[in-house]
Amino acid sequence: MVAVPSDAALDATNDTPSLAQRIWTPIRRNPTIFAGAVLLTILVSLAVFAPWLSVDPLKQNTINRLRPPSEKFWFGTDQFGRDNFARTLHGARVSLVVGITVAAISAVLGLALGILCGYFRRLDAVVMRVMDGIMAIPSILLAIALITLTRPGLFIVVVAIVIPEVPRVVRVVRAVVLSIRAQPYIESAIAGGTRGLKLMVRHILPNTLAPLIVQATYICAAAMLIEAGLSFLGAGVPLEIPSWGNIIAQGRSFFLRAPWCIFIPGAFLALTVLAVNLLGDGLRDRLDPRLARRM
Amino acid sequence: MSILTVRDLATHFHTRDGIIRAVDGVSFDLAAGETLGIVGESGCGKSVTALTIMRLIPPETARIARGSVEFEGRELTRLSEEQMREIRGKSISMIFQEPMTSLNPVLTVGTQIAENVWRHTGVSKQQARERAQAMLDLVGIADSRRRLDEYPHQLSGGMRQRVMIAIALSCDPRVLIADEPTTALDVTIQAQILDLMLELKEKLGTAIIMITHDLGVVAETTQRVVVMYAGRKVEEAPVEELFARPLHPYTHGLMRAIPRLDADAETAGRRPRLKEIPGMVPRLDRPIAGCPFAPRCDFATERCRVEAPPLEDHGKGHLAACWETARVQAVAA
Repeated sequence: MVAVPSDAALDATNDTPSLAQRIWTPIRRNPTIFAGAVLLTILVSLAVFAPWLSVDPLKQNTINRLRPPSEKFWFGTDQFGRDNFARTLHGARVSLVVGITVAAISAVLGLALGILCGYFRRLDAVVMRVMDGIMAIPSILLAIALITLTRPGLFIVVVAIVIPEVPRVVRVVRAVVLSIRAQPYIESAIAGGTRGLKLMVRHILPNTLAPLIVQATYICAAAMLIEAGLSFLGAGVPLEIPSWGNIIAQGRSFFLRAPWCIFIPGAFLALTVLAVNLLGDGLRDRLDPRLARRM
Repeated sequence: MSILTVRDLATHFHTRDGIIRAVDGVSFDLAAGETLGIVGESGCGKSVTALTIMRLIPPETARIARGSVEFEGRELTRLSEEQMREIRGKSISMIFQEPMTSLNPVLTVGTQIAENVWRHTGVSKQQARERAQAMLDLVGIADSRRRLDEYPHQLSGGMRQRVMIAIALSCDPRVLIADEPTTALDVTIQAQILDLMLELKEKLGTAIIMITHDLGVVAETTQRVVVMYAGRKVEEAPVEELFARPLHPYTHGLMRAIPRLDADAETAGRRPRLKEIPGMVPRLDRPIAGCPFAPRCDFATERCRVEAPPLEDHGKGHLAACWETARVQAVAA
């Protein structure tokens, strides 16, 4: 027997979407943003609550060295008997902090430089050559050089990754500014008496935000990979701070006996980068003003 | 009484290929509340004239070579950039050709109107927003409260041009320069926009400079017409006078290039073939000896190629720069 909905029930569904519809519709329209956001939320919460979810990641217990994943040690233990679960979660903190701060700092610096370059053509000639110069240096080498010159630490890792990433943002922003400057609505705004600084901040800057946000997510993902690479090479964060890079580096000598020491942080790194990239791809599709009208 | 007086204005572009004389000696007066048409084909200097009045020509290449633009007793060519900004969008506004791209896609319509009001009048943001809504009502956009918060891509081309007009008129300008305001719109919308501009002109007493290449628009909307060719004014007359008695061969040629659907054409047995004006606009990178139109002109004589004809008054406020006006008139009649 099929239940026939009454007219009143039909009206109700037409006028106000049900709770399920309200949640489901945006997910169906932007599955990539949603998938990226959910993954990232889980990873961020794990990182934030790591001290409460797990034990001390530095506590050694040589009796329990190289134990496989079990009920007691979810992700197994490493060669000093340290809990791999705790180390992996604490490693997420390093990766996320590095990824987010690098993305934020390079976005702000790149935005400022990019807008100034796109607007003042004389400055552009000088700054862009400097940017080209920075881009010519391999970023890992630059980071290693900077870190060997100073004391290793989280701050210097961030600085070392920001420097080679800034020119990428500057290029994106500058290109947008140059194309926006030629738009009739900028001429129109000037014809309405808008002055230089106001023109940049009010009319040009908002147009650069969409590509900038997308670029920032890619930089965030790249920064996490570079940080892991640097830590793997021993040029990243010091060993007393567990990071996915140095966990993998320490585990590689015991690869055959204890593969979980490498695979689990490796999988976390891959998942995090994937989550950020999914978010970036989804945002890129969503923030394009021509696609926005679908909403 | 004239509120805008342009005298012998010349704008030259200094390019790698030499000096382009885009505008070369244009004079006209605009009376308060009047609609003046500027017509001519592409590249004759109409838009550059408008941009020169607003001082919006690119500073890297363009120079105002000579002449004056006097607006309400102030010489615009000598004002500082700061003073000029006060005038732009407040006392003299401009509407551009492309309504699709003349609005910033990332700002709401309301913001873009309110910003102009707020910048020039110093009212509160709330008052500016109310003014923006009133302007949307004025230009005939229904449901203005909702439209204020919409983005340009949510509006049609005709509505966007209405918004442009709302921005341009939001500070009660004395002069509105409309640079081909209807070219990018389809014909029914063109008529609506022109009607709207005329209606608002009556209501607000704004003088309009209507720049167009469409003689139909000129006939419908203007009181006086300046015909430009190769950066110069070649003819000026009240609109009825111009259509009844074109004195310059160029104006005459423009009129023969309009398709006619009236009874005269039918009774003649066949629709007459449209006459185009042969040839191209002359290059402006070297001085032109004689009349600039002479190479394309059916009436040209030896004298035309050597000696530039001065603007002569032919009565009824009709000026024309041509040696052969008598012959042109005989043919046109």
